[in-house]
Amino acid sequence: MHRITLVKILTLLLLIVTISVNAQHDTPEKEAVHVENNHSEKGSLKAEIKEYINHHLLDSYDFSLFSYTNDVGEHIYWSAPLPVILWDGGLKVFSSSKFNHGETIAEVDGNYYKVFHNKIYKTNVEGIIDLDDHHHPTNVKPLDFSITKNVTVIFLVGLLMFFIFSRMAKSYKKNNLIPTGFGRMLEPIIMYIRDDIAIPNIGKKNYKKYMSYLLTVFFFVWIINLLGLTPLGVNVTNNIAVTLALALITYLLTTFTANKNYWKHIFWMPDVPVLMKIILAPIELLGTFIKPFALMIRLYANITAGHIVLMSIIGLMFVFKSWIGSPLSFGLAFALALLELLVAALQAYIFTMLSALYFGMAVEEHDDHH
Amino acid sequence: MEGLNYIGAGLIVIGAGIGIGRIGGQAMEAIARQPEASGKIQTAMLIAAALIEGIGFAALFAA
Repeated sequence: MHRITLVKILTLLLLIVTISVNAQHDTPEKEAVHVENNHSEKGSLKAEIKEYINHHLLDSYDFSLFSYTNDVGEHIYWSAPLPVILWDGGLKVFSSSKFNHGETIAEVDGNYYKVFHNKIYKTNVEGIIDLDDHHHPTNVKPLDFSITKNVTVIFLVGLLMFFIFSRMAKSYKKNNLIPTGFGRMLEPIIMYIRDDIAIPNIGKKNYKKYMSYLLTVFFFVWIINLLGLTPLGVNVTNNIAVTLALALITYLLTTFTANKNYWKHIFWMPDVPVLMKIILAPIELLGTFIKPFALMIRLYANITAGHIVLMSIIGLMFVFKSWIGSPLSFGLAFALALLELLVAALQAYIFTMLSALYFGMAVEEHDDHH
Repeated sequence: MEGLNYIGAGLIVIGAGIGIGRIGGQAMEAIARQPEASGKIQTAMLIAAALIEGIGFAALFAA
C-alpha cells in the first residue's frame, strides 16, 4: 500500500519535471562534444572542464539536465524554466526562459535585465554591463527572490518529506504502532537518532522538544546530499547560503532555549579565579558563534570538495586521449561515488550530532561540581 | 611569493591528516581493548575527526 503511494509520488514528481522539460530542437543524433586532438587546444580543453565544474557548483535560474552543441554549432539545452521574482520598484515576475540561459536580455515592463556571472543586473536595451577596475559590474542589482534551482529542490524535498512522514504517522496510528512499508526502513534510523544522538547528548529530561528539529535536519540534509549524487545535477548543500540557514536555526535554537547555567558558564565561569573569569568570558562568547559557523563551513566544504573531485575525475576522461582514460576515470569516479554516499550520510549525522551536542550544552543542569 | 599560501594550506592539510589518522588509530586500539564500548568510541571518534576536518577545510578556503 505504502510502496504504491510512494511510487505514485515519485512518478508525479518525474512527470512534473519531464513535462516541463522543453526540448527546443529535435536532434536525434546526439553528437558528442568533439574533442580536438590538436596539442595547442589542450589549454582550452582544461579551461572548458573548469568552466563546467564551476557552472555545476553554482545555482542557476533554470533546471537544466544537460546541454550540448549540435552539428550546426547551436547550443541545445534540455531544461525547465523556473520563475524569476525580482523587486525593482515593484514586483516583477517572469519566466527564466526569457533569459535563454543567459544568452539574451529579458524585457519586463519596459525594464531590461541580464544574467551576468549568475546574477541578474538591470541594463539598457543593448544589455551592456559596465565593469569597474576590479571587473565588478556597476549596474543596478534588483532584489532577487527567484525560485532558482536550489530553491526548487528544497521545496521538492520538503514536500517529499512531508508526504512520507505524515503518511508514516498515520499508518502508525492505524496499525497500533507497528511499522509498515517504508516505515520499516526508516524506524531504525529514527530510533537511532533518538537513542544514540538525542538522549545521550541532551539528556532524558529535555530531549523531546529538540527531536523534531534533529529528525528534520537529519533527513533534509541526507536526502539533499543523496540527490546531489544523482545525474539531476542538483547540489544544494554546496550553496553556503543553505548551510548558513541550517546553522543559523541551530544557533537560534541553542540561544533561545538555553537556561541560566549556560549563560553563567559563558559570562561568569564558576570555580575559576576572577582574572580567568574576565579572560574566559569573551572567548566563550566568541565560541558560541564559532560553533554554528563551523557547522556551516563543514557541511558546505565537504559537499563542495566531493563534487569538485568527482567532476574533475570525470573530466580526466577528456584530458587523457588514450584508451586508458575512460576505464581509469570510470573506476575512480565509481569508487569516489561510493565514498560520497558514505559522506552524504556522515555529514547529515555529524550535523545532527553536533546540533544535539550544542542543545545539550544549552539545557545542561549543573547541580554537581565537575 | 604567490604560492606560499598553497604551501601553508598543504602543511595544514598534512597536519589535519595526521590528526585524523591518530584519532582513527587510537579509536581502533580502544575498541580492541574494550569491544563493548565500541559504539561510544566510534561516536567520539567521529566528532573529533569532524572538528579537525573543519580546520582543514577552513585552511583550504583561506588559501
